[in-house]
Amino acid sequence: MYSEKVMDHFSNPRNVGEIEDADGVGEVGNPVCGDMMTIYIKVEDGKLADVKFKTFGCGAAIATSSMITEMAMGMTIEEALEITRDSVADALDGLPPVKLHCSNLAADGLHAAIEDYLKKKEAGN
Amino acid sequence: MDHGATTRPDPEVVNAMLPFFNEFFGNASSLHNFGQEAAQALVSSRKTVADFLGAEPEEIIFTSGGTESDNLALKGIAYLKKNKGKHIITSVIEHPAILNTCKYLGDIGYRITYVPVDDQGLIDPADVEDAVTDDTILISIMHANNEIGTIQPIKEISAIAYECGVLVHTDAVQSVGKMPVNVDDLGVDMLSISAHKIYGPKGVGALYVRKGTRLQGLSQGGSHEMKKRAGTENIPGIVGMAKAVELAEQRLEGDTKYLENLRDTMIRKILDSIPESYLNGHPTKRLCNNVHVRFSYVEGESLLMMLNMKGVAVSTGSACSSKSLEPSHVLAALGIMPEEIHGNLRITLGRENTMDDVDYVVENLVDIVKKLRAMSPIAPKD
Ligand SMILES: Cc1ncc(COP(=O)(O)O)c(C=O)c1O
Ligand code: FES
Repeated sequence: MYSEKVMDHFSNPRNVGEIEDADGVGEVGNPVCGDMMTIYIKVEDGKLADVKFKTFGCGAAIATSSMITEMAMGMTIEEALEITRDSVADALDGLPPVKLHCSNLAADGLHAAIEDYLKKKEAGN
Repeated sequence: MDHGATTRPDPEVVNAMLPFFNEFFGNASSLHNFGQEAAQALVSSRKTVADFLGAEPEEIIFTSGGTESDNLALKGIAYLKKNKGKHIITSVIEHPAILNTCKYLGDIGYRITYVPVDDQGLIDPADVEDAVTDDTILISIMHANNEIGTIQPIKEISAIAYECGVLVHTDAVQSVGKMPVNVDDLGVDMLSISAHKIYGPKGVGALYVRKGTRLQGLSQGGSHEMKKRAGTENIPGIVGMAKAVELAEQRLEGDTKYLENLRDTMIRKILDSIPESYLNGHPTKRLCNNVHVRFSYVEGESLLMMLNMKGVAVSTGSACSSKSLEPSHVLAALGIMPEEIHGNLRITLGRENTMDDVDYVVENLVDIVKKLRAMSPIAPKD
């Protein structure tokens, strides 16, 4: 039921883990099924120098987490904010209809981490 | 290792069926020779199934499977007795074949009571007794649960029903072939079975209906199956089911002991080698082939997919794996916390499985759970 790309990211997830001194952390829960994801970002010169994730969820949730970290890595904050759940799903060659909501988790997690970073930066100034 | 879903038809079953596709294709209702071969097969198959359940041949109605048997039992009684009463008692952990039939009957004016289960999935017969009212017409409680394998005290429930003058049906689809099932011993008036869970073909089953119990047929037509199920009989399927039943009877004792040993070894090894792993269901009142466990901090669909990549087929009742995104109603009924329901696995063993298979699954499970926990934001760090 999953595409080859999904299976690849699911079986060899990229960028799993935490960033100790992260500049932004996004913690999100999926209200539909109760799953959870945390995304950590490290920002250097306005770019995402490192992105890591931890996910408690289905195969699609793990694959979309992995995919989004790979997509966001090296992007500017602005570019990363433009990643949507659809672009993640597309990058994975699509998700089964019942699993589309899982890609929300990844997009929301990344955006939450960026917001956290922006908020911290503002507070620091 | 998903024998609870279905089983591979035994070669002997397939061989028994083949002639009824190409040689003896007759209609059992025809009077000529072609028909008579089929009619003969029907008579002897009915006797085989009846003997196996401790019933009489005329008490067996062949159907298209467990689902139809359950529908026929519930609706057949409900429709016939609607003037006597409109109350039916069942349980919260029934198979959808019962639950959704009850839901339908509820929608058209019947009153349904769903008795609860305890945290090991057991029904308390006293709850059934308390639920009986003047207009109760039927109690339907499954013999063994298809997810967690808990075996219910049907004998006690039947005794209560008998006292109260209420009919009892049991869905024995999962228990047949995995433990002795005898209609008199259980004291039931109706009992559903399905062939494909006992190494027989799909799309064929039977409903036992005790002599003297009247029920309204659901399809109108010719006078097949004691006028309770019109339609030309599926002779190859019925012959296949009879063969499966015959084999089940021969193998019952040996298979049960063999599977119990595999089951208990697997449960012990999993609980011993994976921290924060738990057994779902009852430790001893459980089907001989059922292992149902849960692991904190991981999700069932991911577990299932990783095991699948190792060539092991299992099932899970996790929310993420279901189309409705709701966790299994059976696990929810056990009172397991929502976040704990996620990481569950059902492993249902079969006669082809060996102790090596058990070790292989446990070894892989240890690695997989470790891998998923390392990825999980809610797992404690070690
Ligand atoms: C307890 C129980 N009842 C009924 C059924 C349905 O049987 P069938 O697939 O033959 O319709 C099943 C099979 O999934 C079952 O496990
Ligand atoms: S995260 Fe639960 S279904 Fe995908």
